Amino acid sequence: MRIALFVTCVGDAMFPEAARATLTVLERLGHEVAFPEQQVCCGQMHLNSGYAEDARRLGRRFGEVFGDYEVVVAPSSSCAGALREHFGHTNVFELSELLVRKLGVEDVGATFPHRVTYHATCHSLRVAKVGDAPTRLLQNVRGLELVELPRADECCGFGGTFAIKNAETSSAILDDKCAAVESTGAEFCTALDGSCLLQIGGGLSRRGSAARPIHLAEILASA
Amino acid sequence: MTRTLESFPAAARHELKNTQLRTNLRLATDTIREKRARVVSEVPDWEELRDAGRAIKADVLAHLDDYLLTFERNVLEAGGQVHWARDAAEANTVVAEIARAHGASELVKVKSLTTDEIGLNDALAALGIHALETDFAELILQLDGDWSSHILVPAIHRNRNEIRDLFARTIAPGITSNEPRDLAEAARRYLRERFLEAELGVSGANFGVAETGTVCVVESEGNGRMCTTLPPVLVTVLGIEKIVPTFRDLEVFLQLLPRSSTGERMNPYTSLWTGVTDEDGPREFHVVLLDNGRTNVLRDEIGRQALHCIRCSACLNVCPVYARTGGHAYGSVYPGPIGAILTPQLVGVENAASLPFASSLCGACYEVCPVKIDIPTVLLHLRAEAVRSSAKRRERVMMKAAAWLLGNARLFALGLRAASVGQRPFLRRGVIKRLPPPLAGWTGTRDLKPVARQTFRRWWKARQG
Repeated sequence: MRIALFVTCVGDAMFPEAARATLTVLERLGHEVAFPEQQVCCGQMHLNSGYAEDARRLGRRFGEVFGDYEVVVAPSSSCAGALREHFGHTNVFELSELLVRKLGVEDVGATFPHRVTYHATCHSLRVAKVGDAPTRLLQNVRGLELVELPRADECCGFGGTFAIKNAETSSAILDDKCAAVESTGAEFCTALDGSCLLQIGGGLSRRGSAARPIHLAEILASA
Repeated sequence: MTRTLESFPAAARHELKNTQLRTNLRLATDTIREKRARVVSEVPDWEELRDAGRAIKADVLAHLDDYLLTFERNVLEAGGQVHWARDAAEANTVVAEIARAHGASELVKVKSLTTDEIGLNDALAALGIHALETDFAELILQLDGDWSSHILVPAIHRNRNEIRDLFARTIAPGITSNEPRDLAEAARRYLRERFLEAELGVSGANFGVAETGTVCVVESEGNGRMCTTLPPVLVTVLGIEKIVPTFRDLEVFLQLLPRSSTGERMNPYTSLWTGVTDEDGPREFHVVLLDNGRTNVLRDEIGRQALHCIRCSACLNVCPVYARTGGHAYGSVYPGPIGAILTPQLVGVENAASLPFASSLCGACYEVCPVKIDIPTVLLHLRAEAVRSSAKRRERVMMKAAAWLLGNARLFALGLRAASVGQRPFLRRGVIKRLPPPLAGWTGTRDLKPVARQTFRRWWKARQG
């Protein structure tokens, strides 16, 4: 299947390793992956910040860049969710849902001999609705010990510009998330969204925690 | 109804310093949340019930004028009296005049958000009439000059030692126990006499049934039942959105409400009354139909679903923001996610412009709402309105610039290159520890991952050769 890769603006800038890993996983499964170079952003930041017209314009632009592809994959449930549920681009999928739901793959042949905990991001649960696709994939990774994160489904406090506008509240929510991650004794905390990993990773790093953030795609690409 | 003009971030900053508050809130909301989840999972047709609740409310809002007139007619027919109040002042005047007509200097009240919304107690106090709160938590707050921080558990921010000390100072001199049973007993002794003496009872309403003119109040303590049956005169202040078309519709809401709010299968007291009945209950019954901004909300096709709310508070109990800041930060009698969409609509978005942003958009509220209010969507809608009415110029310019960068791949690539150079002075061992405003808000508590040395785009170019 020919798949277009939407790396997202945050992914392009700050999580290129997750974008490359997404590419690796799909190519390893025999898919041809295209990267339309005109891509930038899904418009979600503007949508969520009250700049609806700019958001609409960016959403439309996404359609112009990706409209011809049957399937678009994004290493972000939040962007995929916004594109599909808000802007109506029904061809967009988050990586784990593409693998499990669309391609029927639960074992990508990865090996990652580490203790890992999984944070279920809000938009993966409630907008993209990926269900248990990520944990199914993780359970099939060789050597990986998956430890349950207490309150895994509670927000990390990121929320886009919320993290800046309501920095104190965002940080108070993050504190509890970091403490939960630390309580698992995991080496890595994984999630589907770079933005949430930016938040959790930023918190863990500031606290001097041993746990590190890692995008699910990177685990799946590890051999 | 807006208690403070402070913006949410500033109010939240203040509340967040209270770590005891956070611990109390966490414990209380966790308990209710788990109870709710348990009793909701027992109902096989819960999703259908939610759909039904939403559909009934949507129908009510679409034909509210008809339903209100039907309700009025049926209340009158059953021997009640009906008053229409455009705003808080009109409603308060109606209640005050009824109290005066009966020479009442004290009245007993059922816990009611609607009467809090209109500031009834203060309005009456100014006229020398004491409105006594009879709900245990509301009584605590009233005795201490404090105000509610949760729709259902108004004194969620207070602990039992504080309550014991307060009672010792006020209604129960000499009390030493902080046992819930003893504290409740002290309140009970104090209230019983008042119930028997009161000339006038005042309530809000959970539902008003158009087809019969029936008013319904649900509660847990029995104080509501006392207030609505013992005093010879009863006044109910009913927000106009609380109407349901038929008696049968209560079947849906009386399943949805207790499970969503207290996590009970059925609430301990469900009081229903229709007009007046000879030799039973109040001899005189008044309904005050309150608008107070509701018809403005009704005008907004996206925002009006906030009027579906049945005040269960399930959204508060799952909200990550509410759990940290508590209810006072919302500056309104309607805190939490529902407050963030209801208050700005009732008082005007420009008067509460920070509230629609008091959410991480996690969506947990929508998931539990028994009448399926799509809170995240309404938040986005109100954010756009808040930007139009109140956004600072600096923010507008920055967002415009961002939209421009994010709408052009070449510019974006150039911007990232500039950022990767510009961030160098701030890098400490691979992360950014401190940035100037507005990003200082981020780096105050969190490290920031820098822009990658090689963005994906550049890597892809290199790979293609």
